[in-house]
Order: sequence, then structure tokens, then C-alpha cells
Amino acid sequence: MSNCEDCEQWMQPYMDRALTEAERFDAERHLNECSYCRKRYRFEEHLRQFVRQAVVEPMPAELKQKLASLRTPLQ
Amino acid sequence: MARVSETTRESDPRRLATDARDRVHFEEEALALSDQVYRVARHLVGSREEAEDLMQETYARAFRSWRSFTPGTNLRAWLLRILTNLNIDRGRRIQRTPDQQPLEEGDYFLYNKLEETNDGTTDEDRVVQRLSQNDVVSALSEVPHDFRDVVVLVDIGDFTYADAAQILDIPVGTVMSRLHRGRRILKRAMADSAVGSER
Repeated sequence: MSNCEDCEQWMQPYMDRALTEAERFDAERHLNECSYCRKRYRFEEHLRQFVRQAVVEPMPAELKQKLASLRTPLQ
Repeated sequence: MARVSETTRESDPRRLATDARDRVHFEEEALALSDQVYRVARHLVGSREEAEDLMQETYARAFRSWRSFTPGTNLRAWLLRILTNLNIDRGRRIQRTPDQQPLEEGDYFLYNKLEETNDGTTDEDRVVQRLSQNDVVSALSEVPHDFRDVVVLVDIGDFTYADAAQILDIPVGTVMSRLHRGRRILKRAMADSAVGSER
């Protein structure tokens, strides 16, 4: 990988650990050399974590009880 | 040698006891996963009420058809496959037409947008702090269903590409392309709610 445009394309699969070893090596080399992409990489990592936490909505306790009541009664 | 008939086997008390024990075990495992299933279900549909209905339908069906689950395989994925099928059965996909898809931007759009409206602060942590929980939740609900399903399963449900493909019954390549576009649409929507839609 030689430029930031390629890096933008590969950033998400890189974070998903979906690149081949050779591609990952190239991606990491670019990230080490390029502060523009490194900043964006760190942002993407923070963002993913933030999104994951932001959308958590605990399951209502009544729903848990309702689900348990759907079990087959013991004979 | 005389064959044991099905009737005899099914009424065999030992067999009945084993069956009951397996069923109870299945039900307990499924219920133990309900928080994790709900976490995903809640964002596959638009409201909490819909998510609750869908969860109840899913568990009712899972408890009825527990024998079709293969022990040792991924029960959470199995439950979510039932859930997504039920969700599709509810006909929500019909509502979407392709020209209603929101615009998407490049992968760095959100970062660049936040940075340019952040008084010159370029610290990545601070840039993320510009977003509120509501920005994220409302942005996610704006992502069209086909894309949102994949984003929710992978980014919130922590499923692999392969699991998401199996749950949604689509090829892995489709998971990857929908994930790519879905995340871009999500970022565009977050940028709109965090800094306004003027460009």
C-alpha cells in the first residue's frame, strides 16, 4: 500500500482483522509512516468503541420474565 | 432380532427423561443468552416495543423447535437467525425502496467533519467526544435495514462476517459490501446530527 486513498479503503477490513498477512503488513507500514492516516485510524478505533457502548440498552426485566414463561412446562 | 418400534422408544421412560433434560438444558442456555440477543434485536427494529415482541416470538419459536438446534454449534447465532427471519416475515423490508437510501461519504468523512468544526482540535479522543449517545442511536436508526442488519450484527453483536452471512442467509461478500456501505451511511448520519447537515 503506498497512498492514503488505499489506506482509507483498507482501514475497515484492517480493523475487522479481515486482511491477509501481507496486506496487514502493508497497512501497518503505512500507518507507521503516515500521521494523517494514523490519526484517522485512532479515531475509527475510538469511534467503534463509542458506538458499541452508546447503543447499549439493557433488556427490561419484565421481558426476561415473559421469555422464561414461554418455556415448556415440566410434566 | 426384533426392532424396537418408534412408539416403544418414545414411551420409554428413560428416553423421555433424557429428552426432558436436554430440553431444559437448551431452554436455560437460550435464556442465558437473552440479554445478548436483545442487545442486537433492539437495533434491528425501530422501537423497544417492536424489539420486545420480536424477542417473544423468537423465544416461543426457539422453544418449540429446540430439536432442530445442533448442540455444540453457535446458539446465539441460531437464535438470531430465527429472529431475523421473523423480522423479515413481518414485511418490514417492503417499505424500503432503493432511491430512499441516504447519501454516503468516504470512510474519513465523519472525522474530517468533526475536526473542521472542532476549533482546530485534532486530538482523536476529543473529536469522538463531540458525539452524544443520542447522535449514535438516532443515526443508526436512519441506516436502511439491509445495511443496518449487517452493521448491528458485526459491530454491536460481535459476529464474524461468516456468522452474519449465515444468520442473514446472504454470501460473505455481500456482508462485506453492506458493512462497508452501512458504516459509511452511519458516519454520514452521525455527522449530520453532531454538526448539522449544512456542508
